[in-house]
Amino acid sequence: MNGLNYILKRILQIIPVVFIISILIFLMLRAIPGDPARLVLGEKATIESIDAMREKLGLNESYIVQYGKFVKGIVSLDLGTSLTYQRPVIELLRSRVKITLMLTLISTFFSLLISFPLGYYAGKYKDSMFDQIVKSGALAAVSMPSFWIGLLLMILFGVKLRWLPVGGWGNTFIEQIRSLILPGLTMSLLTSALLIRNIRNSVVDISNMDYVDFARSKGISERAVKNRHILRNALISTVTLLLMRMAYMLGGSVIIETVFSLPGIGKLMVDSIFGRDYAVVQALVMLFAMIILMINLLTDIIYSFLDPRVKF
Amino acid sequence: MNKLLEVKDLQTHFIMKNEVVKAVDGVSFTIYEKETFGLVGESGSGKSQTCRSILGLVKKPGKVVGGEILYKKQDVVKMSKDQLRKIRGHEISIIFQEPMTSLNPVLKIRKQIFEAFDRTDMTKEEKRKKSIELLKLVGIPSPETRMEEYTHQFSGGMRQRAMIAIALASEPSLLIADEPTTALDVTIQDQIMQLLNQLKEELGMSILLITHDLAVVAQMCDRVAVMYAGMIVEMTDTFTLFSTPRHPYTNALIRSLPNQKGANERLEPIHGAPPNLADLPMGCPFHPRCKFAEEICRTSRPELTDLTNTHQVRCHFLNKTVGFQGTFTPDKKQGGCDGENS
Repeated sequence: MNGLNYILKRILQIIPVVFIISILIFLMLRAIPGDPARLVLGEKATIESIDAMREKLGLNESYIVQYGKFVKGIVSLDLGTSLTYQRPVIELLRSRVKITLMLTLISTFFSLLISFPLGYYAGKYKDSMFDQIVKSGALAAVSMPSFWIGLLLMILFGVKLRWLPVGGWGNTFIEQIRSLILPGLTMSLLTSALLIRNIRNSVVDISNMDYVDFARSKGISERAVKNRHILRNALISTVTLLLMRMAYMLGGSVIIETVFSLPGIGKLMVDSIFGRDYAVVQALVMLFAMIILMINLLTDIIYSFLDPRVKF
Repeated sequence: MNKLLEVKDLQTHFIMKNEVVKAVDGVSFTIYEKETFGLVGESGSGKSQTCRSILGLVKKPGKVVGGEILYKKQDVVKMSKDQLRKIRGHEISIIFQEPMTSLNPVLKIRKQIFEAFDRTDMTKEEKRKKSIELLKLVGIPSPETRMEEYTHQFSGGMRQRAMIAIALASEPSLLIADEPTTALDVTIQDQIMQLLNQLKEELGMSILLITHDLAVVAQMCDRVAVMYAGMIVEMTDTFTLFSTPRHPYTNALIRSLPNQKGANERLEPIHGAPPNLADLPMGCPFHPRCKFAEEICRTSRPELTDLTNTHQVRCHFLNKTVGFQGTFTPDKKQGGCDGENS
């Protein structure tokens, strides 16, 4: 019950934050110099068409009324129409979010698969040859730009070996998964590198704790020492880090989605900014803010389950 | 009396790139059944590494490089990991110095006790019953609720009690207590020591007590070994150690304690600092701090010599140390030395 109260309290705390974010987004778009209607229609537009556009965008009304409409739109999920695509923004987001979400999940999966064994054994055999290699590898992965890694993978698996598509999006589920493997792997490299470092260092620290020796002195198996004591404690900081990375990935990686021509929300964001598609930009910024808030909430909730010392 | 544990010429070294730290350098002693054996020394004298060696818990880059540790005549050093696991917790248990860091912060006390039953085929209900029994035994009130709690909900003394309960879970024959009360305040310290004494009687186990506190030794131990720089410098029964110490270091240690009679006397410190274990002085490691040191002490290391069957001392000048007087005598029945006076 205690936990439930905590979650409710945290959700209530989010409401004022969302309110402030909505005001900021609203004002930011109005603070851009120039007339949005003129920007939308371009230099050569006639006064009449600009007036018509102003009317259509509701720019002739007071800020209070405009903000009211903006909030009403968000609440009713009516986010306006995209100028570029001539489709309702919500519909546009729906298909894009799915891609980015799948990419994030696949990339998270790869990251866990790569980082846990490497990080654990690097920490366990600290300063060994294996540890040195893993550490250098992690450093290299952090330093290499992801578009370059993406291109390398694309050349190897897409062009040379022809195992996987070089880019684009499939129609069937299998095709879609196949087209997400390379971008997912590319994206996971940075996350893995960060996680590996964190896991390795946690394992080194925790292995030196007396409670690990004490656990061992009970005569339990090394497997139990590893899972119950070392990894269980290493998980606390690792999960926090992973969720932060996931929040970042859910925002859509512009670079990776561009390199692999994936129609995710990162790419949509860039396209909309260049296309001055304000309704879409507005909706995306709001979406990113919500994602960050939700992930933060989730992190705190998971954290309190992983670490009993954290009070609800 | 039967021998329970026999440590013979144990050498535990930390081998680093540029140096070798000889944390334990040829230590031998025997623990008999149902006795409390004390291992005394300053920080860094090798007492903790000695007891870690017994359970194969020496941290890297440390390693037992020589000697034997015979537990019931089997050599622990040569045991496979699996054999060692059967000894750990089942025959020999250990409790550590820091109750704050020796229990896993994210597992309930119940889980940490249950772990000690991992290799048994007890049912959950049996484990539960036994755990409650153990927590009661070490004096933790309302064990049913407390075992569902985490360590941060326990006070220091309670954590130490919980740790003792876990260590006793599978009824070991030998309990190694590595400075069990150093992190606790004096009143709790006394409670824990009395608890250990009582448990020893009830369960008929032996205790290897590591401490730097001579008062604790006087209160608890049947026999004592004094360690300095990875070696035993004097070993005898507690009474002899306090009444007629024969090694200059032991004597100096005892003289540095507050005296019971004369409250106004100045304490006598031991000058200098313990030597660097990676760079021990030639000869007797204590000679730079020793009042009696002569040329031979600088050049040759003394052997541990039998004064009597039960009294061994490592010193070149045993004739000079005959008149040493202990400043107080141990009295077990009164339960300690300075406890009542301070």
